[in-house]
Amino acid sequence: MKPVRDSWLVFLRLLRLTLRMPVWIAMAVVQPILWVVLFGGLFGAVARLPEFGVGSYVQYLAPGVAIMTALFGSAHSGLSLLGDIDRGVLDRMLVSPVARGALIAGRVGHAAFLVVFQASIILAVAGWRGAQMRGGAAGFAVVCLAAALLSASVSAVSNGLALLARRTEILIAIMNFFLLPMIYLSTMLMSERLMPGWIASVARFNPVNWAVVAARAGYEGAGFAAALPALAALWVFAAGCVAAATLAFGRYRRSL
Amino acid sequence: MTSAIAVQGLRKEYPHGVEALRGISFDVRPGEVFALLGPNGAGKSTTVRILTTLAAASAGRAEVAGFDVAGAPDEVRRRIGYVAQTSGGDVYATGRENVELQGRFYGLARGEARRRAGELLEAFQLTAAADRLVRTYSGGMKRRLDVAIGLVHRPRILFLDEPTAGLDPESRAALWREVGRLSQGGLTILLTTHYLEEADRLAQRVGILDRGALVAAGTPDALKSSLRGDRVRIVPVDAARVEESARHLQELPGVASVLIEGAALSARVEHGARSIPALVGSLERHGVAVAEVAASRPSLDDVYLQVTGHSFPGDEPGAAPARAPLEAL
Repeated sequence: MKPVRDSWLVFLRLLRLTLRMPVWIAMAVVQPILWVVLFGGLFGAVARLPEFGVGSYVQYLAPGVAIMTALFGSAHSGLSLLGDIDRGVLDRMLVSPVARGALIAGRVGHAAFLVVFQASIILAVAGWRGAQMRGGAAGFAVVCLAAALLSASVSAVSNGLALLARRTEILIAIMNFFLLPMIYLSTMLMSERLMPGWIASVARFNPVNWAVVAARAGYEGAGFAAALPALAALWVFAAGCVAAATLAFGRYRRSL
Repeated sequence: MTSAIAVQGLRKEYPHGVEALRGISFDVRPGEVFALLGPNGAGKSTTVRILTTLAAASAGRAEVAGFDVAGAPDEVRRRIGYVAQTSGGDVYATGRENVELQGRFYGLARGEARRRAGELLEAFQLTAAADRLVRTYSGGMKRRLDVAIGLVHRPRILFLDEPTAGLDPESRAALWREVGRLSQGGLTILLTTHYLEEADRLAQRVGILDRGALVAAGTPDALKSSLRGDRVRIVPVDAARVEESARHLQELPGVASVLIEGAALSARVEHGARSIPALVGSLERHGVAVAEVAASRPSLDDVYLQVTGHSFPGDEPGAAPARAPLEAL
Protein backbone atom coordinates (compact mmCIF):
# COMPACT_ATOMS: atom_id res chain seq x y z
CA MET A 1 0.00 0.00 0.00
CA LYS A 2 2.13 2.81 -1.27
CA PRO A 3 -0.26 5.67 -0.40
CA VAL A 4 -0.46 4.47 3.21
CA ARG A 5 3.30 4.04 3.50
CA ASP A 6 3.91 7.46 1.98
CA SER A 7 1.33 9.10 4.26
CA TRP A 8 3.11 7.50 7.19
CA LEU A 9 6.44 8.96 6.02
CA VAL A 10 4.91 12.44 5.72
CA PHE A 11 3.27 12.02 9.12
CA LEU A 12 6.56 10.98 10.75
CA ARG A 13 8.40 13.89 9.24
CA LEU A 14 5.86 16.39 10.59
CA LEU A 15 5.79 14.70 13.98
CA ARG A 16 9.56 14.97 14.20
CA LEU A 17 9.35 18.66 13.38
CA THR A 18 6.76 19.11 16.14
CA LEU A 19 8.82 17.22 18.70
CA ARG A 20 11.74 19.55 17.93
CA MET A 21 9.74 22.52 19.22
CA PRO A 22 9.66 22.23 23.02
CA VAL A 23 8.01 25.62 23.29
CA TRP A 24 5.24 24.47 20.99
CA ILE A 25 4.70 21.34 23.08
CA ALA A 26 4.65 23.39 26.29
CA MET A 27 2.00 25.68 24.84
CA ALA A 28 -0.02 22.75 23.55
CA VAL A 29 -0.06 21.28 27.04
CA VAL A 30 -0.64 24.45 29.02
CA GLN A 31 -3.29 25.98 26.77
CA PRO A 32 -6.02 23.36 27.30
CA ILE A 33 -5.36 23.40 31.05
CA LEU A 34 -5.84 27.14 31.00
CA TRP A 35 -9.06 26.79 29.04
CA VAL A 36 -10.58 24.29 31.41
CA VAL A 37 -9.67 26.46 34.40
CA LEU A 38 -10.62 29.74 32.72
CA PHE A 39 -13.91 28.79 31.08
CA GLY A 40 -14.80 26.61 34.02
CA GLY A 41 -14.37 29.56 36.34
CA LEU A 42 -15.94 32.22 34.12
CA PHE A 43 -19.08 30.36 33.13
CA GLY A 44 -19.30 28.09 36.19
CA ALA A 45 -22.28 29.97 37.59
CA VAL A 46 -24.38 29.03 34.52
CA ALA A 47 -24.69 25.49 35.83
CA ARG A 48 -26.64 26.82 38.81
CA LEU A 49 -29.51 27.77 36.52
CA PRO A 50 -32.08 24.99 36.75
CA GLU A 51 -32.60 25.05 32.95
CA PHE A 52 -28.92 24.21 32.31
CA GLY A 53 -29.61 20.60 33.09
CA VAL A 54 -26.13 19.51 34.22
CA GLY A 55 -25.02 19.97 37.81
CA SER A 56 -21.34 20.70 37.23
CA TYR A 57 -20.13 23.09 34.55
CA VAL A 58 -16.69 21.46 34.34
CA GLN A 59 -18.45 18.17 33.71
CA TYR A 60 -20.29 19.86 30.84
CA LEU A 61 -17.24 21.76 29.59
CA ALA A 62 -14.61 18.97 29.47
CA PRO A 63 -15.63 17.30 26.17
CA GLY A 64 -16.39 20.75 24.71
CA VAL A 65 -12.86 22.00 25.37
CA ALA A 66 -11.46 18.82 23.87
CA ILE A 67 -13.29 19.75 20.67
CA MET A 68 -12.26 23.41 20.96
CA THR A 69 -8.66 22.29 20.99
CA ALA A 70 -9.27 20.18 17.91
CA LEU A 71 -10.62 23.24 16.16
CA PHE A 72 -7.88 25.65 17.15
CA GLY A 73 -5.10 23.11 16.82
CA SER A 74 -5.94 22.31 13.20
CA ALA A 75 -7.10 25.66 11.86
CA HIS A 76 -3.61 26.77 10.89
CA SER A 77 -2.29 23.45 9.69
CA GLY A 78 -2.10 24.94 6.20
CA LEU A 79 0.56 27.42 7.31
CA SER A 80 3.25 24.77 7.43
CA LEU A 81 2.22 23.65 3.95
CA LEU A 82 2.74 27.22 2.75
CA GLY A 83 6.15 27.14 4.40
CA ASP A 84 6.96 23.95 2.50
CA ILE A 85 5.84 25.54 -0.75
CA ASP A 86 7.93 28.67 -0.19
CA ARG A 87 11.01 26.72 0.79
CA GLY A 88 10.78 24.37 -2.18
CA VAL A 89 10.20 21.33 0.04
CA LEU A 90 6.89 20.50 -1.62
CA ASP A 91 8.42 20.58 -5.11
CA ARG A 92 11.23 18.34 -4.00
CA MET A 93 8.64 15.83 -2.81
CA LEU A 94 6.46 16.17 -5.90
CA VAL A 95 9.39 15.41 -8.15
CA SER A 96 9.66 11.99 -6.49
CA PRO A 97 7.11 9.24 -7.15
CA VAL A 98 5.55 9.82 -3.70
CA ALA A 99 1.77 9.22 -3.71
CA ARG A 100 0.26 12.69 -4.27
CA GLY A 101 -2.59 12.16 -1.83
CA ALA A 102 -0.12 11.20 0.90
CA LEU A 103 1.17 14.76 1.01
CA ILE A 104 -2.28 15.89 2.21
CA ALA A 105 -3.24 12.75 4.13
CA GLY A 106 -0.01 12.76 6.16
CA ARG A 107 -0.66 16.34 7.20
CA VAL A 108 -4.26 15.73 8.14
CA GLY A 109 -3.20 12.69 10.15
CA HIS A 110 -0.53 14.70 11.94
CA ALA A 111 -3.03 17.38 12.97
CA ALA A 112 -5.49 14.75 14.18
CA PHE A 113 -2.82 12.92 16.17
CA LEU A 114 -1.77 16.03 18.07
CA VAL A 115 -5.38 16.81 18.84
CA VAL A 116 -5.94 13.40 20.39
CA PHE A 117 -2.84 13.97 22.52
CA GLN A 118 -4.24 17.31 23.69
CA ALA A 119 -7.71 15.90 24.32
CA SER A 120 -6.18 13.37 26.72
CA ILE A 121 -4.59 16.15 28.72
CA ILE A 122 -7.84 18.10 28.83
CA LEU A 123 -9.82 15.18 30.14
CA ALA A 124 -7.16 14.56 32.78
CA VAL A 125 -7.26 18.19 33.88
CA ALA A 126 -11.06 18.16 33.94
CA GLY A 127 -10.89 15.09 36.15
CA TRP A 128 -8.64 17.00 38.51
CA ARG A 129 -11.20 19.85 38.53
CA GLY A 130 -13.93 17.44 39.58
CA ALA A 131 -15.36 16.19 36.30
CA GLN A 132 -15.94 12.50 35.76
CA MET A 133 -15.48 10.49 32.59
CA ARG A 134 -18.53 8.34 32.90
CA GLY A 135 -18.07 6.66 29.57
CA GLY A 136 -14.89 4.83 30.57
CA ALA A 137 -12.38 3.71 27.95
CA ALA A 138 -15.02 3.43 25.22
CA GLY A 139 -16.19 6.94 26.04
CA PHE A 140 -12.64 8.21 25.83
CA ALA A 141 -12.28 6.58 22.44
CA VAL A 142 -15.44 8.34 21.24
CA VAL A 143 -14.14 11.73 22.44
CA CYS A 144 -10.84 11.12 20.65
CA LEU A 145 -12.58 9.96 17.48
CA ALA A 146 -14.83 13.03 17.42
CA ALA A 147 -11.85 15.32 18.02
CA ALA A 148 -9.76 13.55 15.38
CA LEU A 149 -12.51 13.68 12.75
CA LEU A 150 -13.14 17.37 13.32
CA SER A 151 -9.43 18.03 13.31
CA ALA A 152 -9.02 16.13 10.04
CA SER A 153 -11.84 18.17 8.49
CA VAL A 154 -10.51 21.51 9.67
CA SER A 155 -6.90 20.81 8.75
CA ALA A 156 -8.02 19.61 5.32
CA VAL A 157 -9.93 22.87 4.83
CA SER A 158 -6.93 24.81 6.09
CA ASN A 159 -4.57 23.04 3.70
CA GLY A 160 -7.01 23.41 0.83
CA LEU A 161 -7.35 27.14 1.46
CA ALA A 162 -3.58 27.43 1.75
CA LEU A 163 -3.22 25.91 -1.72
CA LEU A 164 -5.85 28.19 -3.22
CA ALA A 165 -4.90 31.45 -1.49
CA ARG A 166 -1.13 30.82 -1.21
CA ARG A 167 -0.85 33.65 1.29
CA THR A 168 -0.49 33.18 5.01
CA GLU A 169 -2.38 36.40 5.74
CA ILE A 170 -5.40 35.32 3.73
CA LEU A 171 -5.44 31.86 5.27
CA ILE A 172 -5.25 33.24 8.81
CA ALA A 173 -7.96 35.82 8.13
CA ILE A 174 -10.39 33.27 6.72
CA MET A 175 -9.81 30.71 9.46
CA ASN A 176 -10.07 33.30 12.23
CA PHE A 177 -13.28 34.59 10.72
CA PHE A 178 -14.92 31.19 11.14
CA LEU A 179 -13.39 29.93 14.38
CA LEU A 180 -15.28 31.85 17.06
CA PRO A 181 -18.71 31.76 15.38
CA MET A 182 -18.33 27.98 14.94
CA ILE A 183 -17.70 27.72 18.68
CA TYR A 184 -20.54 29.99 19.76
CA LEU A 185 -22.96 28.41 17.30
CA SER A 186 -22.56 25.12 19.15
CA THR A 187 -23.27 23.54 22.50
CA MET A 188 -19.60 23.62 23.37
CA LEU A 189 -19.93 26.17 26.16
CA MET A 190 -23.68 26.59 26.56
CA SER A 191 -26.50 24.11 26.97
CA GLU A 192 -28.96 23.95 24.08
CA ARG A 193 -31.79 24.63 26.52
CA LEU A 194 -30.42 28.09 27.28
CA MET A 195 -29.77 29.02 23.65
CA PRO A 196 -31.99 31.32 21.61
CA GLY A 197 -33.98 29.19 19.20
CA TRP A 198 -32.20 30.39 16.07
CA ILE A 199 -28.76 29.51 17.44
CA ALA A 200 -29.98 26.07 18.42
CA SER A 201 -31.31 25.62 14.86
CA VAL A 202 -28.05 26.74 13.25
CA ALA A 203 -26.05 24.55 15.63
CA ARG A 204 -27.73 21.47 14.21
CA PHE A 205 -25.92 22.10 10.91
CA ASN A 206 -22.60 22.98 12.47
CA PRO A 207 -19.95 20.23 12.22
CA VAL A 208 -18.29 21.60 15.34
CA ASN A 209 -21.53 20.95 17.18
CA TRP A 210 -21.69 17.39 15.80
CA ALA A 211 -18.25 16.80 17.29
CA VAL A 212 -19.33 18.32 20.62
CA VAL A 213 -22.49 16.22 20.74
CA ALA A 214 -20.59 13.02 19.96
CA ALA A 215 -17.80 13.79 22.40
CA ARG A 216 -20.23 14.64 25.16
CA ALA A 217 -22.24 11.46 24.55
CA GLY A 218 -19.03 9.47 24.87
CA TYR A 219 -17.85 11.38 27.92
CA GLU A 220 -21.15 10.97 29.72
CA GLY A 221 -21.33 7.29 28.92
CA ALA A 222 -24.54 7.65 26.92
CA GLY A 223 -23.41 4.73 24.81
CA PHE A 224 -21.92 4.41 21.34
CA ALA A 225 -25.35 4.42 19.73
CA ALA A 226 -26.05 7.89 21.12
CA ALA A 227 -22.87 9.21 19.56
CA LEU A 228 -23.26 7.39 16.26
CA PRO A 229 -25.43 9.83 14.25
CA ALA A 230 -23.13 12.75 15.06
CA LEU A 231 -20.01 10.66 14.39
CA ALA A 232 -21.42 9.47 11.09
CA ALA A 233 -22.23 13.02 10.01
CA LEU A 234 -18.74 14.07 11.06
CA TRP A 235 -17.20 11.21 9.12
CA VAL A 236 -18.98 12.24 5.94
CA PHE A 237 -17.97 15.85 6.52
CA ALA A 238 -14.32 14.90 7.07
CA ALA A 239 -14.29 12.78 3.91
CA GLY A 240 -15.76 15.71 1.98
CA CYS A 241 -13.16 18.11 3.34
CA VAL A 242 -10.24 15.80 2.53
CA ALA A 243 -11.63 15.25 -0.96
CA ALA A 244 -11.95 19.02 -1.44
CA ALA A 245 -8.39 19.54 -0.22
CA THR A 246 -7.15 16.90 -2.64
CA LEU A 247 -8.96 18.69 -5.47
CA ALA A 248 -7.33 21.96 -4.38
CA PHE A 249 -4.00 20.17 -4.46
CA GLY A 250 -4.65 19.01 -8.02
CA ARG A 251 -5.59 22.54 -8.98
CA TYR A 252 -2.45 23.88 -7.38
CA ARG A 253 -0.28 21.44 -9.35
CA ARG A 254 -1.99 22.32 -12.61
CA SER A 255 -1.44 26.01 -11.96
CA LEU A 256 2.34 25.57 -11.90
CA MET B 1 17.16 5.24 -26.45
CA THR B 2 18.78 7.79 -28.68
CA SER B 3 18.09 10.89 -26.61
CA ALA B 4 18.07 11.30 -22.85
CA ILE B 5 15.71 14.22 -23.26
CA ALA B 6 13.67 14.90 -26.38
CA VAL B 7 11.59 18.07 -26.53
CA GLN B 8 9.26 18.79 -29.44
CA GLY B 9 7.35 22.05 -29.86
CA LEU B 10 6.90 22.58 -26.14
CA ARG B 11 4.57 25.43 -25.26
CA LYS B 12 3.45 26.81 -21.93
CA GLU B 13 0.78 29.38 -21.53
CA TYR B 14 -0.25 30.68 -18.15
CA PRO B 15 -3.70 32.08 -17.45
CA HIS B 16 -4.21 35.65 -18.69
CA GLY B 17 -2.35 34.78 -21.90
CA VAL B 18 1.20 34.91 -20.57
CA GLU B 19 3.29 32.80 -22.91
CA ALA B 20 6.23 31.35 -21.01
CA LEU B 21 7.33 28.98 -23.77
CA ARG B 22 6.54 29.53 -27.43
CA GLY B 23 7.23 26.09 -28.84
CA ILE B 24 10.78 24.99 -28.13
CA SER B 25 12.51 21.86 -29.39
CA PHE B 26 15.82 20.36 -28.44
CA ASP B 27 17.53 17.06 -27.67
CA VAL B 28 19.94 16.13 -24.96
CA ARG B 29 22.13 13.10 -25.62
CA PRO B 30 22.82 10.50 -22.97
CA GLY B 31 25.84 11.41 -20.86
CA GLU B 32 25.89 14.98 -22.05
CA VAL B 33 25.87 18.17 -20.01
CA PHE B 34 23.43 20.54 -21.66
CA ALA B 35 22.99 24.12 -20.46
CA LEU B 36 19.92 26.25 -21.00
CA LEU B 37 21.16 29.81 -20.97
CA GLY B 38 19.06 32.91 -20.63
CA PRO B 39 18.07 35.76 -18.34
CA ASN B 40 15.38 35.53 -15.69
CA GLY B 41 11.99 35.14 -17.28
CA ALA B 42 13.31 33.52 -20.46
CA GLY B 43 11.52 30.26 -19.68
CA LYS B 44 14.40 28.17 -18.29
CA SER B 45 12.72 27.19 -15.05
CA THR B 46 9.41 26.58 -16.82
CA THR B 47 11.15 24.17 -19.18
CA VAL B 48 12.79 22.32 -16.30
CA ARG B 49 9.54 22.19 -14.34
CA ILE B 50 7.76 20.58 -17.29
CA LEU B 51 10.56 18.08 -17.87
CA THR B 52 10.56 17.10 -14.19
CA THR B 53 6.75 16.57 -14.22
CA LEU B 54 6.14 19.46 -11.81
CA ALA B 55 4.21 21.44 -14.39
CA ALA B 56 2.14 20.48 -17.40
CA ALA B 57 2.87 21.80 -20.87
CA SER B 58 0.09 23.53 -22.81
CA ALA B 59 1.18 21.83 -26.02
CA GLY B 60 4.04 19.83 -27.46
CA ARG B 61 5.78 16.67 -26.37
CA ALA B 62 8.62 15.95 -24.00
CA GLU B 63 10.25 12.59 -23.41
CA VAL B 64 12.67 12.11 -20.56
CA ALA B 65 14.61 8.86 -20.20
CA GLY B 66 12.39 7.44 -22.91
CA PHE B 67 9.08 8.19 -21.19
CA ASP B 68 6.50 10.83 -21.93
CA VAL B 69 6.41 13.36 -19.07
CA ALA B 70 2.65 13.73 -19.32
CA GLY B 71 1.78 10.11 -20.04
CA ALA B 72 4.10 8.26 -17.66
CA PRO B 73 5.14 10.78 -15.01
CA ASP B 74 6.05 8.19 -12.36
CA GLU B 75 8.40 6.41 -14.77
CA VAL B 76 10.08 9.73 -15.47
CA ARG B 77 10.25 10.60 -11.76
CA ARG B 78 12.03 7.37 -10.91
CA ARG B 79 14.79 8.15 -13.39
CA ILE B 80 15.45 11.83 -12.80
CA GLY B 81 16.88 13.96 -10.05
CA TYR B 82 15.96 17.60 -9.61
CA VAL B 83 17.75 20.38 -7.81
CA ALA B 84 15.50 23.40 -7.76
CA GLN B 85 16.47 27.05 -7.82
CA THR B 86 15.17 27.48 -4.30
CA SER B 87 16.65 24.85 -2.05
CA GLY B 88 14.31 21.94 -1.34
CA GLY B 89 15.93 21.10 1.96
CA ASP B 90 13.75 21.07 5.03
CA VAL B 91 15.60 23.59 7.20
CA TYR B 92 14.15 22.24 10.43
CA ALA B 93 15.41 18.73 9.78
CA THR B 94 19.00 17.50 9.69
CA GLY B 95 20.88 16.91 6.48
CA ARG B 96 20.76 13.17 7.07
CA GLU B 97 17.00 13.17 7.67
CA ASN B 98 16.47 15.14 4.48
CA VAL B 99 18.37 12.68 2.31
CA GLU B 100 16.89 9.66 4.05
CA LEU B 101 13.31 10.84 3.70
CA GLN B 102 13.79 11.51 0.01
CA GLY B 103 15.24 8.02 -0.39
CA ARG B 104 12.20 6.59 1.36
CA PHE B 105 9.92 8.49 -1.03
CA TYR B 106 11.64 6.61 -3.85
CA GLY B 107 10.78 3.35 -2.16
CA LEU B 108 14.08 2.56 -0.44
CA ALA B 109 13.75 0.49 2.74
CA ARG B 110 14.80 2.24 5.93
CA GLY B 111 18.23 0.64 6.25
CA GLU B 112 18.94 1.12 2.58
CA ALA B 113 17.94 4.78 2.74
CA ARG B 114 20.18 5.29 5.76
CA ARG B 115 23.16 3.67 4.06
CA ARG B 116 22.62 5.66 0.88
CA ALA B 117 22.30 8.92 2.86
CA GLY B 118 25.57 8.24 4.66
CA GLU B 119 27.27 7.55 1.36
CA LEU B 120 26.01 10.75 -0.27
CA LEU B 121 26.71 12.97 2.72
CA GLU B 122 30.25 11.62 2.69
CA ALA B 123 30.62 12.24 -1.03
CA PHE B 124 29.47 15.84 -0.60
CA GLN B 125 31.64 16.54 2.46
CA LEU B 126 28.66 16.89 4.74
CA THR B 127 29.41 14.05 7.11
CA ALA B 128 30.48 16.36 9.93
CA ALA B 129 27.29 18.41 9.56
CA ALA B 130 25.02 15.46 8.79
CA ASP B 131 23.16 15.56 12.09
CA ARG B 132 22.86 19.31 12.36
CA LEU B 133 19.70 21.14 11.35
CA VAL B 134 19.91 22.41 7.77
CA ARG B 135 19.04 25.85 9.12
CA THR B 136 22.64 26.09 10.36
CA TYR B 137 24.16 25.26 6.96
CA SER B 138 25.95 27.81 4.79
CA GLY B 139 24.67 28.53 1.30
CA GLY B 140 27.27 26.25 -0.24
CA MET B 141 26.47 23.41 2.15
CA LYS B 142 22.76 23.72 1.43
CA ARG B 143 23.44 23.53 -2.27
CA ARG B 144 25.56 20.40 -1.83
CA LEU B 145 22.80 18.88 0.26
CA ASP B 146 20.28 19.71 -2.47
CA VAL B 147 22.40 17.84 -4.99
CA ALA B 148 22.77 14.90 -2.57
CA ILE B 149 18.97 14.82 -2.16
CA GLY B 150 18.56 14.86 -5.93
CA LEU B 151 20.91 11.89 -6.35
CA VAL B 152 19.55 9.63 -3.62
CA HIS B 153 17.86 7.19 -6.01
CA ARG B 154 20.77 7.09 -8.50
CA PRO B 155 18.95 8.90 -11.28
CA ARG B 156 20.13 8.72 -14.86
CA ILE B 157 19.35 12.34 -15.58
CA LEU B 158 19.93 15.27 -13.25
CA PHE B 159 18.23 18.64 -13.60
CA LEU B 160 20.02 21.58 -11.99
CA ASP B 161 18.03 24.81 -12.03
CA GLU B 162 20.41 27.73 -11.53
CA PRO B 163 22.66 25.63 -9.32
CA THR B 164 25.14 28.38 -8.50
CA ALA B 165 22.86 31.40 -8.21
CA GLY B 166 23.69 33.22 -5.01
CA LEU B 167 26.78 31.15 -4.20
CA ASP B 168 30.13 32.65 -3.30
CA PRO B 169 32.93 32.07 -5.84
CA GLU B 170 34.51 29.29 -3.80
CA SER B 171 31.27 27.31 -3.46
CA ARG B 172 30.57 27.90 -7.12
CA ALA B 173 33.93 26.47 -8.12
CA ALA B 174 33.34 23.47 -5.83
CA LEU B 175 29.94 22.83 -7.40
CA TRP B 176 31.43 23.08 -10.87
CA ARG B 177 33.98 20.43 -9.94
CA GLU B 178 31.15 18.27 -8.63
CA VAL B 179 29.14 18.61 -11.84
CA GLY B 180 32.22 17.67 -13.81
CA ARG B 181 32.74 14.59 -11.65
CA LEU B 182 29.09 13.51 -11.99
CA SER B 183 29.23 13.98 -15.72
CA GLN B 184 32.34 11.83 -15.94
CA GLY B 185 30.42 9.17 -14.05
CA GLY B 186 28.01 9.01 -16.97
CA LEU B 187 25.16 11.12 -15.61
CA THR B 188 23.19 13.17 -18.12
CA ILE B 189 22.84 16.72 -16.79
CA LEU B 190 20.56 19.53 -17.88
CA LEU B 191 21.38 22.76 -16.10
CA THR B 192 20.03 26.25 -16.43
CA THR B 193 22.12 29.31 -15.84
CA HIS B 194 22.39 32.94 -16.69
CA TYR B 195 26.17 32.88 -16.57
CA LEU B 196 27.85 32.30 -19.89
CA GLU B 197 30.99 31.34 -18.02
CA GLU B 198 29.16 28.57 -16.24
CA ALA B 199 27.72 27.15 -19.43
CA ASP B 200 31.13 27.46 -21.02
CA ARG B 201 32.90 25.54 -18.27
CA LEU B 202 30.38 22.80 -17.76
CA ALA B 203 28.34 22.15 -20.84
CA GLN B 204 29.11 20.27 -24.01
CA ARG B 205 26.21 22.06 -25.63
CA VAL B 206 24.29 25.20 -24.84
CA GLY B 207 20.80 26.29 -25.82
CA ILE B 208 19.94 29.97 -25.56
CA LEU B 209 16.43 30.80 -24.45
CA ASP B 210 15.00 34.20 -25.11
CA ARG B 211 11.49 35.17 -24.07
CA GLY B 212 10.21 31.66 -24.36
CA ALA B 213 11.95 30.75 -27.59
CA LEU B 214 15.11 28.76 -28.16
CA VAL B 215 17.05 31.13 -30.40
CA ALA B 216 20.29 29.21 -30.76
CA ALA B 217 22.03 26.05 -29.71
CA GLY B 218 25.52 24.77 -30.14
CA THR B 219 28.80 24.19 -28.41
CA PRO B 220 30.08 27.05 -26.23
CA ASP B 221 32.92 27.59 -28.68
CA ALA B 222 30.53 28.01 -31.55
CA LEU B 223 28.48 30.51 -29.58
CA LYS B 224 31.48 32.54 -28.59
CA SER B 225 33.18 32.53 -31.93
CA SER B 226 30.00 33.90 -33.38
CA LEU B 227 30.67 37.03 -31.37
CA ARG B 228 33.80 38.00 -33.22
CA GLY B 229 36.04 39.23 -30.47
CA ASP B 230 36.01 41.18 -27.26
CA ARG B 231 34.31 44.29 -26.09
CA VAL B 232 36.07 47.48 -24.98
CA ARG B 233 34.05 49.92 -22.95
CA ILE B 234 35.21 53.53 -22.98
CA VAL B 235 33.77 56.45 -21.03
CA PRO B 236 34.88 59.91 -22.24
CA VAL B 237 35.28 62.62 -19.61
CA ASP B 238 32.88 64.84 -21.51
CA ALA B 239 29.61 63.00 -22.03
CA ALA B 240 28.61 65.41 -24.79
CA ARG B 241 31.40 64.04 -26.98
CA VAL B 242 30.24 60.43 -26.96
CA GLU B 243 28.81 60.44 -30.46
CA GLU B 244 31.77 62.18 -31.96
CA SER B 245 34.05 59.66 -30.24
CA ALA B 246 32.05 56.77 -31.64
CA ARG B 247 32.66 58.06 -35.15
CA HIS B 248 36.41 58.30 -34.53
CA LEU B 249 36.59 54.76 -33.20
CA GLN B 250 34.52 53.39 -36.04
CA GLU B 251 37.21 54.50 -38.50
CA LEU B 252 39.98 52.55 -36.83
CA PRO B 253 41.12 49.26 -38.37
CA GLY B 254 40.12 46.18 -36.35
CA VAL B 255 37.01 47.78 -34.87
CA ALA B 256 34.00 45.74 -35.95
CA SER B 257 31.28 47.92 -34.48
CA VAL B 258 30.72 50.64 -31.91
CA LEU B 259 27.59 51.03 -29.83
CA ILE B 260 26.65 53.97 -27.62
CA GLU B 261 25.26 53.04 -24.23
CA GLY B 262 24.40 56.24 -22.40
CA ALA B 263 27.65 58.04 -21.60
CA ALA B 264 29.78 55.04 -22.59
CA LEU B 265 31.02 53.58 -25.84
CA SER B 266 31.22 49.91 -26.52
CA ALA B 267 33.60 48.82 -29.25
CA ARG B 268 33.85 45.30 -30.56
CA VAL B 269 37.42 44.44 -31.44
CA GLU B 270 39.58 41.42 -32.21
CA HIS B 271 41.70 41.48 -29.05
CA GLY B 272 40.37 43.63 -26.23
CA ALA B 273 43.42 44.29 -24.08
CA ARG B 274 45.84 44.75 -26.99
CA SER B 275 43.69 47.28 -28.76
CA ILE B 276 43.13 49.58 -25.79
CA PRO B 277 46.21 51.78 -26.47
CA ALA B 278 45.17 52.32 -30.08
CA LEU B 279 41.58 53.16 -29.17
CA VAL B 280 42.50 55.55 -26.37
CA GLY B 281 45.34 57.06 -28.42
CA SER B 282 42.99 57.79 -31.30
CA LEU B 283 40.51 59.56 -29.04
CA GLU B 284 43.24 61.62 -27.41
CA ARG B 285 44.59 62.67 -30.78
CA HIS B 286 41.12 64.08 -31.40
CA GLY B 287 41.23 65.85 -28.07
CA VAL B 288 38.77 63.55 -26.26
CA ALA B 289 39.94 62.80 -22.71
CA VAL B 290 39.10 59.28 -21.50
CA ALA B 291 37.80 58.79 -17.98
CA GLU B 292 37.46 55.01 -17.98
CA VAL B 293 38.38 52.09 -20.16
CA ALA B 294 37.95 48.36 -19.73
CA ALA B 295 38.15 45.30 -21.96
CA SER B 296 36.00 42.24 -21.44
CA ARG B 297 35.52 38.78 -22.91
CA PRO B 298 32.14 38.09 -24.49
CA SER B 299 29.44 37.95 -21.87
CA LEU B 300 25.94 36.60 -21.97
CA ASP B 301 24.84 40.14 -22.70
CA ASP B 302 26.93 40.06 -25.82
CA VAL B 303 25.67 36.66 -26.90
CA TYR B 304 22.21 37.97 -26.40
CA LEU B 305 22.77 41.10 -28.35
CA GLN B 306 24.16 38.99 -31.13
CA VAL B 307 21.58 36.21 -31.43
CA THR B 308 18.42 38.01 -30.40
CA GLY B 309 19.04 41.49 -31.66
CA HIS B 310 18.25 43.02 -28.31
CA SER B 311 19.86 43.28 -24.93
CA PHE B 312 18.40 41.65 -21.83
CA PRO B 313 14.66 42.19 -21.59
CA GLY B 314 13.94 45.57 -20.14
CA ASP B 315 16.55 47.36 -22.24
CA GLU B 316 15.68 49.21 -25.40
CA PRO B 317 16.13 47.14 -28.52
CA GLY B 318 19.41 48.57 -29.79
CA ALA B 319 20.92 48.61 -33.24
CA ALA B 320 20.92 44.90 -33.89
CA PRO B 321 23.82 43.22 -35.54
CA ALA B 322 23.02 40.52 -38.05
CA ARG B 323 21.79 37.23 -36.64
CA ALA B 324 24.65 34.92 -35.85
CA PRO B 325 25.28 31.98 -38.11
CA LEU B 326 24.49 29.41 -35.43
CA GLU B 327 22.91 26.04 -35.70
CA ALA B 328 19.40 27.34 -36.07
CA LEU B 329 16.51 25.57 -34.41
